[in-house]
Amino acid sequence: MSLSASIEVRLDGLHLDVRLGVSTGETLVVLGPNGAGKTTLLRSLAGLLPLRGRVVLDGETLEDSAAGVRVPTERRPIGFVFQDYLLFPRMSVEDNVAFGLRARGAGRETSRREARAWLERVGLGDKAAARPSALSGGQAQRVALARALAISPRLLLLDEPLAALDAGARGEVRRELRRHLSSFPGTRLLVTHDPVEAVALGDRLVVIEHGRVVQEGAPEELGRRPRSPYVATLVGLNLARGRADGDVVELASGAVLTAAARAKGDVLVALPPRAIALYRSRPEGSPRNVWRARVEALDVGRESVRVHLGDPLPVVAEVTAAALADLEVRAGDELWASVKASEVELYPA
Amino acid sequence: MLAAGGLAATFLALPLLGLLVRAPWGALGSHLASAEVRSALGLSLVCSLTATLVCLVLGVPLAWVLARAEFPGRGLLRGVATLPLVLPPVVGGVALLLALGRLGLVGRWLESLFGVRLFGTPAGVVIAEAFVALPLLVLTVEGALRAFDRRYEDAAATLGASRWYAFRRVTLPALAPSLVAGGVLAWARALGEFGATITFAGNLPGRTQTVPIAVYVELQKGIEDAIVLSLVLVAVSLAVLVGLRDRWFPAP
Amino acid sequence: MSPRGGGWLLAVALLAAACGGEDGAPGAPEIAMVFAASSLTGPFSELGEMLKEDEEAEVRFNFLSSSDLATQIEQGASADVFASADETNMQRVVDAGVAEGAPEVFARNRLAIAVRPGNPEGIGSLADLADEGLVVSLCNGECPAGQYARAALDAAGVEVEPDSLESEVKAVITRVATGEADAGIVYATDVIAADGEVEGVDIPPGENVIATYPIVVLESAPAAGRAFVDLVTSPEGRRVLARYGFRPR
Repeated sequence: MSLSASIEVRLDGLHLDVRLGVSTGETLVVLGPNGAGKTTLLRSLAGLLPLRGRVVLDGETLEDSAAGVRVPTERRPIGFVFQDYLLFPRMSVEDNVAFGLRARGAGRETSRREARAWLERVGLGDKAAARPSALSGGQAQRVALARALAISPRLLLLDEPLAALDAGARGEVRRELRRHLSSFPGTRLLVTHDPVEAVALGDRLVVIEHGRVVQEGAPEELGRRPRSPYVATLVGLNLARGRADGDVVELASGAVLTAAARAKGDVLVALPPRAIALYRSRPEGSPRNVWRARVEALDVGRESVRVHLGDPLPVVAEVTAAALADLEVRAGDELWASVKASEVELYPA
Repeated sequence: MLAAGGLAATFLALPLLGLLVRAPWGALGSHLASAEVRSALGLSLVCSLTATLVCLVLGVPLAWVLARAEFPGRGLLRGVATLPLVLPPVVGGVALLLALGRLGLVGRWLESLFGVRLFGTPAGVVIAEAFVALPLLVLTVEGALRAFDRRYEDAAATLGASRWYAFRRVTLPALAPSLVAGGVLAWARALGEFGATITFAGNLPGRTQTVPIAVYVELQKGIEDAIVLSLVLVAVSLAVLVGLRDRWFPAP
Repeated sequence: MSPRGGGWLLAVALLAAACGGEDGAPGAPEIAMVFAASSLTGPFSELGEMLKEDEEAEVRFNFLSSSDLATQIEQGASADVFASADETNMQRVVDAGVAEGAPEVFARNRLAIAVRPGNPEGIGSLADLADEGLVVSLCNGECPAGQYARAALDAAGVEVEPDSLESEVKAVITRVATGEADAGIVYATDVIAADGEVEGVDIPPGENVIATYPIVVLESAPAAGRAFVDLVTSPEGRRVLARYGFRPR
């Protein structure tokens, strides 16, 4: 681990308590809803907030509250890209990028040259003399990145780097950011609330909610086995809790399902919406999980429809618009639903 | 709203008009050339500019403390810092005498230990002017400091800037407009100060007789000379205020 | 004009009338405004009280340096009586054409040196004031006390560089009393009036200057003004003035 941190921060009603580690050359994405503590996490790693715990980067202890060690922010080998970039408004773009170098004692000419080189690398060489107010969102983001990278940090921290951009610019900037991140040799830690961003940019994901880590792993892993409703919603899965005995699981709501795997004890059950089939009358044949449910609501999309089913198993089923038309169903109707055991994902809670 | 604004403008312009109409335009030249007028004007300019400098040097740190530091009694400190603004200037002058006068709290030590006397000296004028002008600068700069987004300082820190470097290259430039505005306000206040100056520093042509005091003295002779001096002060002040208007108040 | 508009006009007119007039209730005798040199503050205030009690005529005072008062009268200030500390400023008022009748000299004064109680600097004469280490306060060149002081210093052949020029002689007393000035030249009456705040050092007759105080009634003055001047020039007035250190004319 090149960055290992175990930190506890209490701030404004939030109690952040996380342990995480990032390897050199890895991009760790911390994913969570607003208020989960993502920005607080980054700020405390940067030394902008007091914390309890330890932060060690490449073997150097940046902070150890028990031992009374605290390296001030300006001496940490970090680069920080803020959510609204915080480019110094009264300086030219070039001076912004050169700021960190000058602050650390580099000469004016050297800093200028470096700054210009970095601006070229992010494709903004022609904007060197411009003021930050003259830049578009995407351009400002690139300058902020260049400014943070110019000082050759060992840890790069990015706070929701794409949040301030409008949807149109996001895709392009995201692809570019991925390129720059992979060419950065140090450790990278990025926080976001956007799962697409997380999956696109991250090598590994950590999900935090209410200041705690609820899940971590590779992006695909999260997709298949969400451990919290938040993640489940993010990846579009139905999630429920229950007690398993073998391959049969009894859900908290009372429904009983047969799953693909076997387990014993408290489990999480995940059902992909597309795996749930809907019928007007009770289906014949193999599916072992069949039940009758009321249609609570319909989200009609262009090609698919999300059908919200009620008790005994509140889930969302996704069917094609054509299939829905065949069913001639409206909210309040009763339908039969089934899902193959092989589609029911089961894993220990 | 227009009518009320027009009324206000008239209210402000009328006295100026009175000055212009009653001025002895014919004799203006000889009056302006007189040694007294030149010495009063020169003294006024030098002392008010020095006082402004003093306000900047003392006021910015004070504004910083009021805006950033958290300590019990901060409200009291702000009250004390604002006091000269609400005190009648003569009262301010009396207070200064009690503190820095020859028999004053600190003044007596100044004289016995350092042989420093402030009464009757330009230094006394500077102190009196700085005293009344300081709150204007402090309030202006404190307001700007509060409005300043401190995250810029965080950004500077993450880039490796020491607190002093960040202040110098990030905060101070952002404060520049408020420093100019506060400085101009303080200077204008210092230039026009009468009550505190005459009470604390006295009146002596060439050493403590600033233009406002000279006007007052001239008034005892007759109104003509007073008008000339008043016009001189108005002209100088207007020239500076109008000249400064846009150039030095850049948008943030 | 609508009833509302008429009401406004009446209100404004009443307000103007209330602010403009200094007079008391209709029917009561008019109050006279007396402009007097600041050195006369003590005796004139007392005489004013006497006038009110004895004759029920009321006067109000404006005490400033005579030159300030002369300027105000020249500019049209509504004064009814003018008492000056010298003839020069009285002449200004006469020249302005507002005097009724000829001015009358009613008292004389002389100068003294004011020092802090105990005379810590050991000042004994005008010549001592030439010491550069001393902080000296004088009345400025416009006010009578200042002119008298200059005359006295010139006559004594003493060169003094004052450290501050005050606009009225009472201010010189204040400078010495607060300690900013070590010494100042004031009227002998001012030292008495200062009631212990300052100590007086006599100036011998050979070096001293006599100040002449004239008084005059101004045009359109109410009866109270004439009554006051009569009181001032009466034997009773002289007694009061003498108590404050003024000499008879």
